[in-house]
Amino acid sequence: MVADIAFWGLGLVAVISGAAVFYVDSMARATYALALSFVAVGLQVLFLQQNYVGVVTILMMVMEMAIMAVYMVMFMGMNPALTPMSMVHSNRTAVATAVLTFLVLAAGILLVDWPTRRGSPPPEVTVSLGEALMGPKMLVMAVISPVMVATIVAGVVLAAHRTRYDRFGDDLKQRTPEDPQRGGVGR
Amino acid sequence: MTLEATLLIAAAIFSVGLYGAISQQVVVMVMMGLELMINAVILAAAGFWWFLAPAPTGQVLLLVVIAAMTLEMAMGFAVATLLHRERQADMTDMATDLTR
Amino acid sequence: MGELALVQSPGVPDSPVVTVAPGWALGAVAILGALVLVAGMLDGALSARSGGGPGVGASGAARPFGEAARLMRQRRRTTVQADTLLWRVGGAGLVVTAALMVAVIPLGRWTIFDLGVGVMWFNAMDVLVWALVWLTGWGANSVHSLVGGYRFLAHGLGYELPLMFALVAPAIAAESLNVGTVAAVQDGLWFAVWMPVAFLVYLLGVAAFSVWGPFAPALGSDIAGGVRAELSGVDGLVFETGRYALLAAGAAFSVPMFLGGGAGPLLPDWAWVVVKMLAVLSLLVWLRRRLPAFRPDTFMEVGWMVLLPAVLVQDLLVAVIAVWRA
Repeated sequence: MVADIAFWGLGLVAVISGAAVFYVDSMARATYALALSFVAVGLQVLFLQQNYVGVVTILMMVMEMAIMAVYMVMFMGMNPALTPMSMVHSNRTAVATAVLTFLVLAAGILLVDWPTRRGSPPPEVTVSLGEALMGPKMLVMAVISPVMVATIVAGVVLAAHRTRYDRFGDDLKQRTPEDPQRGGVGR
Repeated sequence: MTLEATLLIAAAIFSVGLYGAISQQVVVMVMMGLELMINAVILAAAGFWWFLAPAPTGQVLLLVVIAAMTLEMAMGFAVATLLHRERQADMTDMATDLTR
Repeated sequence: MGELALVQSPGVPDSPVVTVAPGWALGAVAILGALVLVAGMLDGALSARSGGGPGVGASGAARPFGEAARLMRQRRRTTVQADTLLWRVGGAGLVVTAALMVAVIPLGRWTIFDLGVGVMWFNAMDVLVWALVWLTGWGANSVHSLVGGYRFLAHGLGYELPLMFALVAPAIAAESLNVGTVAAVQDGLWFAVWMPVAFLVYLLGVAAFSVWGPFAPALGSDIAGGVRAELSGVDGLVFETGRYALLAAGAAFSVPMFLGGGAGPLLPDWAWVVVKMLAVLSLLVWLRRRLPAFRPDTFMEVGWMVLLPAVLVQDLLVAVIAVWRA
């Protein structure tokens, strides 16, 4: 009973703070409303017994939102503090689409005759996740890893405005890179 | 705590995220909408796993979703930085090169 | 479909620790408070000895009491258009985060929250500090405190990954993410002995998420106190308490992770845990004046080009030894 109430409460927090992201007037508040939504969902996942996934969600999303807030302040073309703002286009279409999506999904959720549970959870959920990743589902990890590396490279290429020619000279002969700001290990 | 309850909450989060992704003008806000939609997918997948098929390997899907989210963030920020540097653009309406 | 019975305890099968009644959480918070007080008194005594100047109020070991009394009487200042909600959340959140960290740390054989993924839990909580410190800096709507918040995030990018991989090493060796299990498998040889790099990086990480010692530029006097520039009265007291509480929680967590938990001769295991906690905490407090500050703009490279590879090599060695022993 208590678990039920807590689960519903967390769900409510997740939905309301998610909606607050697009309602509040401050970039910091919007970002951390999203973080709160993620934390609530992470805790709900803990209720669904997937401890590792739940905690990882909280860990990653709080970190990501801390960085996101910096980007928000950096890339908003207006005062990112408590000034009222409305930066939307085709608002009515968006609201209609969202409501329609929810109704269709809800109808599906309530009308479908869900099957009963097959099997029972493994005694140690986290151990079984690790064994699945390193055993039968290893291909998943093998694919995610190169995709991650490719993303890191692509992200740096897109975001960095200085190339190696800027840093090491036109013939790349310079020993120490010429950076606008020096690094911490003597470069 | 039932499957229906979990999925209804997830559907609500997803719809809010969809609204944000369609309506917001600022690139970073659009990304927040996408994040919210992925958040809903995490919850729904966790619900399906626990209530329908708690097989040992099922959670791998959740890790894939989380990985997808990090990729979305990384590339999104890279593109946002590039757009901002190249043309001082922070709005989706200022980067419509690929529309008809 | 029918309701499924929820397995209430997130516990671990054949866990080496006993989960006590939730009411004991108060006891855990009391221990944390005592550690905070000890750390504050020690820091006061050390700063009086190093001639820290006559300062306002009491000095020496009585400083935490004098400081608390002074801050409690101080009138609360506000700034124009402060984001009060976020400001208060950030300031008060540090204490709460430290308490949540302590929840998974076993005191000898007893624990409050025997979570299967306790190590990850601790890590998630220390990431919360990123958000809280930045929010404290942001909420005041003041230049200096915001600069302090950004300085902390710049440090965070540098220290967090090495800290994460330092926490990975004991988990690999113990083949478990459960804090009690990690403590239990170190009979005879402590992890601090054969994974010293991970231990040192972990201690550095603790100093970092407590905005302590070399990581204090976020609170630097060159920016008028940085994150806490506009904090006054009770808010300042709560923020400072939170910093000390994080330091204490980090020191406490190193005991089951690296220092063999309650292992030791003569004394009961809970007493050994307390002794080790105090030792690590004193070391961290003492180091505050012994290390130079890391510059936020250059620390990233130190973190990623020195600490991260060092910790990764450590993890590799630990993994190889773990496989070889199995």
